[in-house]
Amino acid sequence: MASQTQTRQRQQQADFLQFARRRRPRPSYLKNALWAFLVGGTIALVGQLLTSAFMALGLAAQQASARAAVALVFLGALLTALGVYDELARFGGAGAAIPITGFANSVVAPAMEFAREGYVFGMAARMFQVAGPVVVFGVAAATVSALARWLITGGMR
Amino acid sequence: MPAAPAAPAGALRRLGQGSIRFRLPPRIVAGYTVVGPMEGKGPMAGYMDTVLEDTYYGERCWERTESKMLKEAVQNALRQARLQEADVDLSFTADMLGQLVASSFAMRSSTLPHVGIYSACASFAGALALAGMAVEGGFARRAVVAASSHHDAAERQYRFPTELGVQRPPTSQWTVTGAGAVVVSGEASDQGILVAEATFGRVMDMGIKDPFDMGTAMAPAAADTLVRHLQHTGRRLEEFDLVLTGDLGRVGSRVFLDWLEERHGVSLDGRHSDCGALLYNPARQDVHSGGSGLGASACTVSGYLLKAMNRGLVGRVLLVGTGCLHSQVTHFQGESIPVVAHAVTLERPGLAG
Repeated sequence: MASQTQTRQRQQQADFLQFARRRRPRPSYLKNALWAFLVGGTIALVGQLLTSAFMALGLAAQQASARAAVALVFLGALLTALGVYDELARFGGAGAAIPITGFANSVVAPAMEFAREGYVFGMAARMFQVAGPVVVFGVAAATVSALARWLITGGMR
Repeated sequence: MPAAPAAPAGALRRLGQGSIRFRLPPRIVAGYTVVGPMEGKGPMAGYMDTVLEDTYYGERCWERTESKMLKEAVQNALRQARLQEADVDLSFTADMLGQLVASSFAMRSSTLPHVGIYSACASFAGALALAGMAVEGGFARRAVVAASSHHDAAERQYRFPTELGVQRPPTSQWTVTGAGAVVVSGEASDQGILVAEATFGRVMDMGIKDPFDMGTAMAPAAADTLVRHLQHTGRRLEEFDLVLTGDLGRVGSRVFLDWLEERHGVSLDGRHSDCGALLYNPARQDVHSGGSGLGASACTVSGYLLKAMNRGLVGRVLLVGTGCLHSQVTHFQGESIPVVAHAVTLERPGLAG
């Protein structure tokens, strides 16, 4: 009996899910893609300008891009603190989330949010609530790819 | 167990499983609404009693703000009814912050005996029915019913930090910042809109897992409760001027109307509105499918509907509060969203039938 009821319920759920799916509004992919391109592209352009500026100051390419990344993280954090970055991402979507400024936003936003629960148990404890997985899987991926490279090249440069 | 005294025909209280009709309908003697700045720019703004200038209302965190809004809604509803706390015997309040803190913290400064209620966003309708039962049964002279939600407090609990950059899908809804309170009375001398009938909903689960599509998840529960209410009360849809769902939003409303028609053969035919959809202007306010949260139905009823009914714009209304009963933990554990809907018939006094 119980299993019969379960089967019927599962059938009802499947019917409803199909019914609902047909009425589900689609996001406007083209508009979203254009906004993502504009926002993401602008952030990338700022990054490139910063890199060029640091190179013009006499830094080598690698050092210049490292400093540009640091500057972008600062900008992302600043715009988050000013309450602008979430508005930017509302239109920009992945264009705002994927660049390094998005990473800064994902650290600063929870830090600001949970500061109300104190600096230790709030801000510090929950600062990496969103970015934590990026760090964890980033380190894991780096380890795996470094190991693969070592196995393939035998540690040769 | 001794049998209850036989009621005269046509005066049954219990109409069916979970459905009741009041013999002496309790009256809603007053209502008071406090809403946030965003709701203060929506089409219903003119009906709201207090509109906040910012989302903090002088507090240091949004949880405290929500609590303060709820407290002021309750106090002002009593004041508007010209009642003291001693004139009221019970209070039923609801919110959706963890462990009902907005409610409990609001009632710290009150002497009213208090019960916290949780049916998520269906709480206001459910609490209204319970308060009606308490006063009509003679267990209380009057009872206060209130419910609240706060956009930012809900965001940080259910979704993301408020400053995190995220893009919402078109099915997502905007949690209403608002608190609404009404005073329900069983005293013969008190006048007001009647709480005539009620049907309590059953918890359903149609398999929706997406917390950004709550309107769709709740639609079948609203349909089920509506159909049960009609069956048990024997009412025809034509007897209602309006079926007012809680917070299905525009997406959920469409699923609700189509599901009713296709599965239950019931057509609402222009008789339906949704509190969540009514509170915002979709062209100017970026709320996607519409509003949600306990404040949606609480503010629409205590702010707009009571005034509209008192002015005679609508006679009989079926309020169908709708609630999603998941938590963030159950969502991450892969569970689908259980839903519930409670229905209450509200009537202008002197309405025939």
